[in-house]
Amino acid sequence: MSGQGIDPTRRRLLAVTTGLGLVGAGFAAAPFVLSMMPSARARARGAPVAVDISKLEPGQMLIVEWRGKPVWIVNRTAEMLASLAQLDEAVADPRSEDSIQPVYAINEARSIKPEILVLVGICTHLGCSPLAKLVSGAASGLGREWRGGFFCPCHGSKFDLAGRVYKNVPAPTNLVVPPYGFLSDTRIIIGEHPEKGIA
Amino acid sequence: MEKLLTWIDARFPLTKVWNEHLAKYYAPKNFNFWYYFGSLALLVLVMQIVTGIFLAMHYKPDTERAFASVEYIMRDVPWGWLLRYMHSTGASLFFVAIYLHMFRALLYGSYRAPRELVWLLGMVLFVALMAESFTGYLLPWGNMSYWGAQVIISLFGAIPLIGDGLAEWIRGDFVVSDATLNRFYSFHIVAIPLVIIGLVYMHIVALHRVGSNNPDGIEIKKNKDKDGVPLDGIPFHPYYSVKDMVGVTVFLMIFSAIVFFAPELGGWFLEHDNFVPANILQTPPEIVPLWYLTPFYSILRAVTIDIGPVPAKLLGVLSMGSAIGLFFFLPWLDRSPVRSIRYRGWMYKTALSLFAISFVMLGYLGTQRPEGPNLILAQIAFVIYFAFFLLMPWYTKYDKTKPEPDRVT
Repeated sequence: MSGQGIDPTRRRLLAVTTGLGLVGAGFAAAPFVLSMMPSARARARGAPVAVDISKLEPGQMLIVEWRGKPVWIVNRTAEMLASLAQLDEAVADPRSEDSIQPVYAINEARSIKPEILVLVGICTHLGCSPLAKLVSGAASGLGREWRGGFFCPCHGSKFDLAGRVYKNVPAPTNLVVPPYGFLSDTRIIIGEHPEKGIA
Repeated sequence: MEKLLTWIDARFPLTKVWNEHLAKYYAPKNFNFWYYFGSLALLVLVMQIVTGIFLAMHYKPDTERAFASVEYIMRDVPWGWLLRYMHSTGASLFFVAIYLHMFRALLYGSYRAPRELVWLLGMVLFVALMAESFTGYLLPWGNMSYWGAQVIISLFGAIPLIGDGLAEWIRGDFVVSDATLNRFYSFHIVAIPLVIIGLVYMHIVALHRVGSNNPDGIEIKKNKDKDGVPLDGIPFHPYYSVKDMVGVTVFLMIFSAIVFFAPELGGWFLEHDNFVPANILQTPPEIVPLWYLTPFYSILRAVTIDIGPVPAKLLGVLSMGSAIGLFFFLPWLDRSPVRSIRYRGWMYKTALSLFAISFVMLGYLGTQRPEGPNLILAQIAFVIYFAFFLLMPWYTKYDKTKPEPDRVT
C-alpha cells in the first residue's frame, strides 16, 4: 500500500462485492423465514366441515370447529330476525359493505336462509371468542335495551344477531361469515359453497 | 498460584478484566437503595436460566402433552414444583426489579448524555424481556396462555396490508396451534435468551465505559486525584459487591416467602384461568395478561374511537407501540440542565409523580373490565402517560432548577 489517494477501481469492486454479498445473504435468509409459514399439514387442515343441523331448534346455537376456529350456527326465530331492521341505526356497518363475507351473505340477515346464521366466532378486534347473549332484555345481563346478539368480554365489543358490530366499540368490522352452503335442508357445509366454491 | 495467573494473563486478559470491571471500576460512593436493582436483575436472569434448563428436561412442547407435562413436573418430578415455582415467581420479580431499575433512571437522569447507549441497550433488553415472558407464557398451554397469545398475535393483524400474513407467519397456522407452541418454545429457550445475554454484556460494557451515574446526577470523573482515580469513587469490589449482598439477602427472603407460601400470589403471579387446559372454543370470561404487561394492555384498550380513516383497533396498537417506543427517546426529550430529581424544580417532580401514578393506575385497570368508569379512568391515565413524554422538552426546559454541587453529597 502506497497510501497515496484512493483507487476507484478497487473501491468499486468492494462496493459491488458487498452489494452482491448482501443480496446473497438475503436469498440465504429466505428459507429460514419461509419455514415459519403455515406448513402443508396446517393448510390441509383447512378442509371444509359438514354439520348436521336437524336438531337445532329455533333460538338455539351450535358451535363447531373449522380451521381451529369456533364457528357458530344459530337458528334465529322470527322475533330475532325482526330485531335486525330496528338496529340499522345502532350498528356501524348495517349493509356489510366494509366487512368480510361471501357475496351470497351480503343481505339484511347476512345469511343464505334468513333464519340460519353462520359466523366465525372470533371477534374482529383481537381474536377473542365473544359470548352468545341471544336473549333480549335484562336477562342477558347487558341491560334492558339489549336486543340479543354477541358480547366480547375482552374489550367490550357488541354485535347484533347478524354479527353486525355496534357503533363505538373497539371491533372495526362485522363478524366474519365463512364460505358455507346447504348440502340438504338439514346439512351445512362450512368452508366452501357447494356450487360457488370457497369464494 | 501467581505463576498460574501469569501464565493465564499472557493468554487471556483475566487480571485486566477483573480490574476494569470490578476491583478498579470506580463507582460513585453515594449509591442508595435504588441502585440494588441492576445486580438483582442479573441474579434473577441467572436463576431463570438455571431453573429453565432443568424445567426443559421434563416439559413437552406439544399441544397434546404440554399442559399434562407441566402437571407432571408439579406432581411427579422430584422437586419439580420448586423448579417451576422458582421460574414463575422469578419471571414476575424480574419485572419488579426491571421497573424499579428503570424508575431509578427517571429519578436521577441516568439516561442523559453520555449514557444514551446504556439506556438504549437497556430498553432493547426490556423489549426482549417482554418477548421472553410472552413466549414463555404460552408454554403451559392453559386457557389463558392460549387466548392471551391469540389476542397479542392478532395485534399484528391490525397492520394494514401485511398484517394478516404477518400474523399467520408468526403463528405458522391460521390460529394459535401446535406449530405456534413449538416455535415459541424455541424462541423462549434458545433465541431470546441468547439475545438477552448478549445485550446484558453490551449494557454493562457500555456502562463501564462511561461510568455509573449517581443520585446527585453529577460526573465523579470531574474530580480525580493524582492517580486519575475519581475522588468520589470507590472500587466496585469489594465495596459494592458487599453492599449488593445485603440486597440479595433481602430479595431472597421475599422470593422464598412467595415461592413457599404464595406461589400464585392470589392470581397475580399465576392466573386462575391458566389452571384449565387451552380450549379453542371457549374464551375465558376475561383475558388479562400477567400484571407486568397490563399497563400497556390498558393503553391498547383505552382507544375506542376512530380518527378519520384510521380505525380504533389500529390506533390502539399504535398507542401501545409508542407507549414503549417513547422511552427510547428520553435522552433527547429531556432538556433540563441538571440530571437528578434532587436539583430539578416542581414541574419535573410533578410530571414524574403523575407519570408513576398513571402507570400504576393503567396497570391495575388492565386487570379490570374495560367498562364505565374504568374505561374513563384508563383514558385519563393514557393522556397523562403520553403527556409526560410529549411535553417533556418544554417542562424540563422551563423548570426552575437548583445549582448542582461540585462533589457528591
